[in-house]
Amino acid sequence: MVSNTGTMTEQHSEVISKQEETSSILRIDNLNVYADKNHILKDINLIIPKNKVTVLLGPSGCGKTTLLKAMNRLTDLYKELKVDGHIYIEEDDILNATKNIPVIRQKMGLLSQRPYPLPVSIYKNVAYGIKLKGIRDKKLIDYSVERNLREVGLWDEVKNRLNSPATSLSIGQQQRLCLARGLAVKPRIILADEPTSALDPISSKIIENLFKKLEQHYTIILVTHVLRQAIRLADHVVFMSFGEIIEQGQPDELFNNPKTEKLKEYIIHGN
Amino acid sequence: MKRRKIIEETIFRIISAFAAYSLIAILAFIIFIIFLKGFRALNLDMVTKIPKGGFYYGGEGGVLNAIVGSLYIAFGATFIAILVGMPAALYINVHLIRLRRTQNFIRYLLDALWGIPSIVYGAFGFTLMLFFGMNASLLAGIITVALLITPIMVRTFDEVLSTIPKGLHEATLALGSTNTEMAFKVMLKQGFSGFITAVLLSFGRGIGDAASVLFTAGYTDLIPVNLDEPAATLPLAIFFQLSSPIPEVRERAFASAAILTIIILIISLGARYLSKKYSKTILR
Repeated sequence: MVSNTGTMTEQHSEVISKQEETSSILRIDNLNVYADKNHILKDINLIIPKNKVTVLLGPSGCGKTTLLKAMNRLTDLYKELKVDGHIYIEEDDILNATKNIPVIRQKMGLLSQRPYPLPVSIYKNVAYGIKLKGIRDKKLIDYSVERNLREVGLWDEVKNRLNSPATSLSIGQQQRLCLARGLAVKPRIILADEPTSALDPISSKIIENLFKKLEQHYTIILVTHVLRQAIRLADHVVFMSFGEIIEQGQPDELFNNPKTEKLKEYIIHGN
Repeated sequence: MKRRKIIEETIFRIISAFAAYSLIAILAFIIFIIFLKGFRALNLDMVTKIPKGGFYYGGEGGVLNAIVGSLYIAFGATFIAILVGMPAALYINVHLIRLRRTQNFIRYLLDALWGIPSIVYGAFGFTLMLFFGMNASLLAGIITVALLITPIMVRTFDEVLSTIPKGLHEATLALGSTNTEMAFKVMLKQGFSGFITAVLLSFGRGIGDAASVLFTAGYTDLIPVNLDEPAATLPLAIFFQLSSPIPEVRERAFASAAILTIIILIISLGARYLSKKYSKTILR
């Protein structure tokens, strides 16, 4: 049933992409988020283009992480957050979904500020999501684990110690493991919340290069406050401040001709 | 100024070290006294034989009845406490994660339960027992002790689960887990060392408690073979023998205390080993 709708949507979006320049995979309509009495996301309307890197840029505390968490409804974990509006992932409105949310969440992989490997072995970390999908065939799982570890360039580093604890890896390797784990669920979107902020420059570079490679097959939504990272990676930039979208567009356009004072200021301080 | 800091540092170091080592010294002293007073009675008969006629006047026999009874009750009660306590602690930390107030209210109630003296549990268990028309029995003892230790189990395990970073919850949910999958496949593993500690503490409390089994488990010189038969326990064995005017019997009380201490030390070491073995994979 699930895979059926998946293929239908694929065909559906192919049809659209012929008509329009870019098709969208995620659409946000009138999203408002309140934390207790503070209005932390104000009337967000946003279309995320498919198979592109969209960067949510802005100063700390502008609500970009909350926006990202609303997309796969992790805001549910925080009682103080009241979320209102619609977020359509393909055909599903995740915020008002009545059918099971875990299935919609599997359309998105999450990469957080620091890696959170599951308290199991390297192998089981990647196999976890595959098994949740009900796949029991050992060969299929083995194959998928290897393929996804290769995808993030971790296979050669860990192939001889797949049964070691995931926590025995370096933090940069852990972050790549978390990416592989997310990819194993076959998401269409990768949500990345400042994924390089805890990493050393070399590990950060590896993650950035991976994003460039993955962009062909996945839609990547990247939260960052680092201007240079946005310039390096973005196809589309959404600049946010105080819970509002201030400006958005292609990076060249946006950074060369900022239309608002807020963005001008951010560019000056960011450089 | 510098001199003052050095003096300050030295004084507090001595005070802290004294506090820490005096606790260890007290433990050593307790064990020393128990063994000193009981070692003459500590023989193979004590752990392999049940009381023979005249045992309580210094005759032959041992306290195997109490050892077995205590182990039955402690294992049985710990088993029930795990069945109830593990899901309860996971529920508080997974399903109720958004509801901090509800969590804290439940924790407050559990702390209150923890604080109730065991004699009150004993009296409650006794009332319950009479209500259901039961006699003092192994089953009544197991249930009463389970009531006593379940709050300890839940709160100890809960304390560890509550320190798990929210990022791990997010990562687990993002992979498409349901709450139940998150609880049993991830949180239980991440909090496993806490779970072992919880089991150990509960077991220790259960096997060492006298007041809760006084009315409910009763006492017998036989080894119970059925749940509805009364069961002897080591704490009560110590109590009865210690109140004897005969020196040999009092010695046996200390020997019984030594046996109880050894059981707890063995369980404790085993639990530490397990906890170490299974906590290699956890996220720190």
